[in-house]
Amino acid sequence: MSKPKFAMYWAASCGGCEIAVLNIHEKILDVDAAFDVVFWPVAMDAKYKDVEAMPDDSITLCLWNGGIRNDENEHMAHLLRKKAQILVAFGSCACEGCIPGLANFSSTQDMIDTAFSTITTDNPDNIRPQASYAMPEGIITIPTINPILKTLDQVVDVDYYMPGCPPESHQIAAVIDLVIAALNGKAQLPPKGATIGAGNSTVCDECPRKRNVKAIKEFNRIQLMAADPELCLLEQGIPCNGPATRSGCNARCPSAGAQCIGCYGPAEGVVDYGARLIAAFASVIDSDKPDEIDKILDGLVDPAGQFYRFNLAGSLLRASKAAQTPKIG
Amino acid sequence: MTDTPETKPLDSTRDKPFEPVMIGFTCNWCSYRAADMAGISRMKYAPNVRLIRLMCSGRLDPTFVFKAFAGGADAVLVSGCHPGDCHYATQNYKAMRRFHLMQRVLAQMGIEPARLKLLWASAAEGQIFANEITKFVEEVRALGPLNWNTKPNAVEVPAEIPVEEVQA
Ligand code: SF4
Ligand code: SF4
Ligand code: FES
Repeated sequence: MSKPKFAMYWAASCGGCEIAVLNIHEKILDVDAAFDVVFWPVAMDAKYKDVEAMPDDSITLCLWNGGIRNDENEHMAHLLRKKAQILVAFGSCACEGCIPGLANFSSTQDMIDTAFSTITTDNPDNIRPQASYAMPEGIITIPTINPILKTLDQVVDVDYYMPGCPPESHQIAAVIDLVIAALNGKAQLPPKGATIGAGNSTVCDECPRKRNVKAIKEFNRIQLMAADPELCLLEQGIPCNGPATRSGCNARCPSAGAQCIGCYGPAEGVVDYGARLIAAFASVIDSDKPDEIDKILDGLVDPAGQFYRFNLAGSLLRASKAAQTPKIG
Repeated sequence: MTDTPETKPLDSTRDKPFEPVMIGFTCNWCSYRAADMAGISRMKYAPNVRLIRLMCSGRLDPTFVFKAFAGGADAVLVSGCHPGDCHYATQNYKAMRRFHLMQRVLAQMGIEPARLKLLWASAAEGQIFANEITKFVEEVRALGPLNWNTKPNAVEVPAEIPVEEVQA
């Protein structure tokens, strides 16, 4: 009997998720033993037409990382959805947009200008990518960009979500063990739509820092102060996203002395990650006077960036007004 | 959930001229009673605000506000008891802090802060409630429709991307 088939694909992402999978060390040999790797652009050569030629549902497990930035990403999402039995939104970009999704704050024009005409770009003629271009040899095309980056499940049906930027290696290893056990009839897969490879509570729940009463008179920036190494960071006025973030990383950042920036995405039951944080941060501010509240909030230099660093594309509002104007000049 | 045409924002069904669609949250003990009084006393005020009663303004989860804007509302009103008068002691101060923070986030999203209003009204202030709503509706009318539309990129997915294979 032939082995189950495995695929992994990247869309708008940084490549870190791919590294995280390789970072499971010798466990990768289990993947190789249990699966035939049929498509994985970072690791092996394959063409899209090879995937198109595969029978529908012939790939057992497909890990998809990256957001949907252009029509090529969108095409591949539909294609792999058709070919895969289990499609996993793997990593923060696929689940909620992540850093590439921050472009949803800006107009497409600003995004393109930033990419092609800033001080760090050597582009004196301000050349811009064209969707199609006539060369002597014929017309060549590149994928066209979507004004708004979308999450995988805004485009196709997703079976499981695996959060993290990137997902922690021990979590990936555990998920791979589970899938292999399930294929051998020794375990059951969780219900469709479940979040896998993460916990069900918040980073705060796993955080070793001491908590007393959260009542702050100012927000502080961690790089500008000597933070108490044992006290809850939010109590010290350092904007820590732990209260809204899903557990699963063993509270890595606050354990190491830095605030949680939210890479594991919304905790169980949280509809809008930023909204939950607004509620949490507003609760710790120790003031009943509008002027003083405003002054304290001035210490939070970029609230939307703080609250939606990983989650903008997956949030209720998804993108700023500017990003909703698709014209490119 | 994959996007479906049913999730279109309200504005596409809207007829001209522009009538703002607004959501208003009231607390059970003061502002809802103010609205009730305005109704019972047949005070005239703009009908644009759909009121939703919460037990207390402190129950206002910012999620409700974002959901309203994402779903097509042009503006959102948050109302409760006057400072010091909240039935649950200090919860309206919490609502006030959330309101200030929400306005900042909304501004960064390109939603004018004036589209989110905070209004204190006691149970006896039906007239004030009615006047403030009428004023708010006019302010929003002047701002124009929000037309929140985060799905303008319904890119037509070609059946096949025209890629030519290059022999290695
Ligand atoms: S707010 Fe941050 S530092 Fe405080 S308990 Fe939560 S995760 Fe730990
Ligand atoms: S503490 Fe927060 S930012 Fe750090 S790894 Fe965990 S979820 Fe990610
Ligand atoms: S009961 Fe009215 S604001 Fe709390």
